[in-house]
Amino acid sequence: MPLNLAPNIPDPDGFYQELIDSQRDLDESAAALMNARLVLLLANHVGERDTLREALRLARPPAR
Amino acid sequence: MKTFTPPRYAWRPAPEQQGVVESPHPVVVIGAGPVGLTAALDLAARGVRVVVLDDNDTVSVGSRALCYAKRTLEVWDRLGCGEAVAADGVRWQVGKVFFQDEMVYRFDLLPEPDHKMPAMVNLQQYHLEQTLVERCLTSDLIDMRWRHRVVSLEQNDQTVLLGVDTPEGRYTTQATWVIACDGANSEARAMVGAPFTGQAFQDRFLIADVLMKAEFPTERWFWFDPPFHPGQSALLHKQRDNVWRIDFQLGWDADPVEERKPERVEARVRQMLGPDADFELEWVSIYQFACRRIDRFRYGRVLFAGDSAHQVSPFGARGANSGVQDVDNLAWKLQCVLAGIAPETLLDSYHDERALAADDNIRNSTRSTDFITPKNASSRLYRDAVLGLSRDHAFARPLVNSGRLSLPTRYLGSSIITDDTDAFEAPSAAPGCPCPDAPVERPDGSSGWLLDHLGRGFTLLVVGADPTDSNANANAEPLPLPVTRLRLDHDLVDRRGVLSARFDTRQQAVYLIRPDQFIAARWRQPSMAEIRQALARSLAIH
Repeated sequence: MPLNLAPNIPDPDGFYQELIDSQRDLDESAAALMNARLVLLLANHVGERDTLREALRLARPPAR
Repeated sequence: MKTFTPPRYAWRPAPEQQGVVESPHPVVVIGAGPVGLTAALDLAARGVRVVVLDDNDTVSVGSRALCYAKRTLEVWDRLGCGEAVAADGVRWQVGKVFFQDEMVYRFDLLPEPDHKMPAMVNLQQYHLEQTLVERCLTSDLIDMRWRHRVVSLEQNDQTVLLGVDTPEGRYTTQATWVIACDGANSEARAMVGAPFTGQAFQDRFLIADVLMKAEFPTERWFWFDPPFHPGQSALLHKQRDNVWRIDFQLGWDADPVEERKPERVEARVRQMLGPDADFELEWVSIYQFACRRIDRFRYGRVLFAGDSAHQVSPFGARGANSGVQDVDNLAWKLQCVLAGIAPETLLDSYHDERALAADDNIRNSTRSTDFITPKNASSRLYRDAVLGLSRDHAFARPLVNSGRLSLPTRYLGSSIITDDTDAFEAPSAAPGCPCPDAPVERPDGSSGWLLDHLGRGFTLLVVGADPTDSNANANAEPLPLPVTRLRLDHDLVDRRGVLSARFDTRQQAVYLIRPDQFIAARWRQPSMAEIRQALARSLAIH
């Protein structure tokens, strides 16, 4: 399954708010831990190594 | 040490020192550790005379190898020591993983049933070595030379010339082949000028072998970031005689002299086991580790095996296990070359197959090390996230890596293995895999194990019509060497169907099994020519 890069999240503004709200009361280290847990949960859900590899590649910040 | 008194083996001068000029020894093994001793036993079992040179006169004392995996036990069983080691060792299958102040999960190795040897046993290296030495001493073909230290090594096309120091001076001797099993700091490796490169890890570890006075469950306990040792890891593992191996990660900046002090170690152990723990220290050491490999396992007539060829971190029990499996691969090849059955190029396949295994082991042990000792804040965050999730979610548990069970490497892509041309649904019996064991019945109705029935040399396991039947092949060219035929329903019976399932035999299958019990080829209905070709390929005869 190729990485889906087309818009796929219903109610994008609602989701974004949910994402931000989920960490609003967390300090920086707790938020970082939460992000790592989130990555692992979603990665397991995707499960396809090729798709994950593509996401890892795209997620890296571009070199400046 | 309370539980073990090291034996002393008598030094004797070599025949070479008494004016007896010996022709080149077929094989000289340098180093009488588990790997060198196994090499000697394997060669002797194949009728090859072997001289073992060791610079010491006892077994290795202290905290060394600990876990021996099934495949390694099968190698020793082939050499007559497997049952003794398995009986001597501690069997375990439950492991617990702790993160900070709680247990996050418990696993059971649940070894596959119907194998003669257990998945794993724990045994102090000195007990193992003593068993192997005693076995060596019963062989007329093995010449054990204690306190004979190799100080020089030169080779030409025909022979290796060794200079050996002893308590009564130096002598020189010649060998057709040398197996260097002289450990991670191998002097033989330096003498041939071989590079030994890889990754060194900064972290220091404290190992304490502790004699426990009270009962404790026979389980492997691993702590990440425990309250008694914040930020680090710790491991508790049972050995024979109620001795427990305790591993503390100390970090890179620990002071090794200070940390080794008994009062300091005792305080740490007490923190771990509780204030009432009743124990005595057996042995304490501090170590750092590295994952390194020699570039070529064969330097002309010198072959490297065990730690002299590859070094791994201790997580996953891959040091002694892979070393024993090195010589398992090498001994039959050397014997075939010495007997003139195979060309010397067969020994290049020793490098190909065992370097592949070394890389596999290094990869696995590096991955464990990276999980246990994260190298930066981000990898520590992921490590902690995995551990935290593993408590509640099964999906995260396979990501927890406190050392993986050492499994034999399949010799995939080896030039002396014949790839499948027929369809089989038995991936663990594929060409390049070690032959799976299975319970079998002998014609007299007694029960036994498949691996015990394999020949010393090559074996053909035949289910259904026998392609080597002499009536059908009156005019066929004979095989290049004798092969043990094992015919299902004639020589052994698969009463319970385990063998048929493990080998996907259906009604018709033929497996060619090497002297080291690895699968060389398999077919449904091969011709004699196909069998002959696979056998020749196994021997590097092209």
